Amino acid sequence: MSVAAVPGVAVGELLRSMADDEFVIGFSDSEWTGIAPQLEEDVAISSLAQDEIGHAAALYALLGELTGEDPDAIAYDREPVAYRHCRLLDHRRGDWAMTIARRFIYDTADGVRLEALAGGSWAPLADLVGKLVREERYHRMHASVWLDRLACGGDEARSRLLAALTTLGPDAATVFSPLPDEAALIEAGILASPMPELETRWRTAIGPTFATLDLPMPPPARDLAHGRLDHGEAFAWLWHEFNTVRASEPGVTW
Amino acid sequence: MSEAAIHRAVAIVRPPAGSVVAVLDAATVRAALGDVPDPEIPVVSIVDLGMVEDIEVSSSRIRVELLPTFIGCPALDAIRAGVEARLEAFGRAVDVQFDYRVPWTSDRITPDGRDRLRASGFAPPAQLQPDQPVLVQLATPVACPNCGSRRTVLENAFGPTQCRSIYHCTDCRQPFEAFKAI
Repeated sequence: MSVAAVPGVAVGELLRSMADDEFVIGFSDSEWTGIAPQLEEDVAISSLAQDEIGHAAALYALLGELTGEDPDAIAYDREPVAYRHCRLLDHRRGDWAMTIARRFIYDTADGVRLEALAGGSWAPLADLVGKLVREERYHRMHASVWLDRLACGGDEARSRLLAALTTLGPDAATVFSPLPDEAALIEAGILASPMPELETRWRTAIGPTFATLDLPMPPPARDLAHGRLDHGEAFAWLWHEFNTVRASEPGVTW
Repeated sequence: MSEAAIHRAVAIVRPPAGSVVAVLDAATVRAALGDVPDPEIPVVSIVDLGMVEDIEVSSSRIRVELLPTFIGCPALDAIRAGVEARLEAFGRAVDVQFDYRVPWTSDRITPDGRDRLRASGFAPPAQLQPDQPVLVQLATPVACPNCGSRRTVLENAFGPTQCRSIYHCTDCRQPFEAFKAI
């Protein structure tokens, strides 16, 4: 496909949403490093977080090639209002059940999104997605094992998981918030299906797991049109956290 | 050709630790890259790992296309520096490029690389069968690199680096690491 045929603005919005998702969940999960409930989990969640930050860096690099911006500047130097991650990630880390519930929702939804981007017509993204898909399998495996363990692990584990699903449920489907100019992405063969169709596919995919574990399926998103906008207080806090070093000395590497 | 020019011509095709070759070709460069260790598992080279996808040699430059094993691998800068340092003696500009044109998979690790991993206590990754469910295969026990037993338990799919998992052998009762199948 020639460069002229790539809908640059729409691709930029897609990359920004995916990169911000990976960056925010990666940074949130890295907060468990040193304090996860078990030593094995400390290693696992830290490694997962490192994967996600790496994915974000690769996506920001692609976005930077498109816009001419420095990838680090995109990642760090925007005001909170300019981030385009989904509202599912706008919750405080909470307890381990919150992290696992959110990871399960995100990893399964991200898997459906990646499937819809695999083999797309814009090679730089399609190539990266081919690699992302392989790494994300391990994340889904991790989330599935833990969801099962919490759902069947006794009263306290189960009640904490149910509370997490109640809190996160109305924001679960915001991974599939409509993208600006999504039609152009589909027209260009970059995204295989519109977001509502992907949400349906995701619900079909997770349905059997939720039914087996007798967990309530996430309701429809409460405000899908703004599902990647208007980040609240939890993100404002996280934004300060991940900007602390950079803000202390602009241009510093660490 | 002046004597000085002949000396220069010989110098640029002389690999630092090898014999003089008539023409610098991709095979010579690939052989040299066999000396560049993986920074996180130094018993294997980037060639053993199957990271070297393409080499182009022209009269003025050498271009090396490498496939990252993991997207967020923090060793990529060290690998780039290792490649540049090893190829410097060929006297041409070295252009190291990382991309995902072909996804790196653990099936690209060479038989030599698998042997070297095993000899140093790392279980080589399971080879993924395309007609089998992936998640089942990722959770299948690997052989213990110490005693060869298959009675091993996956303790943690995630390990000290992105490419490693942690196992325990129920026969020799040793913990060990495996290269992740991916």
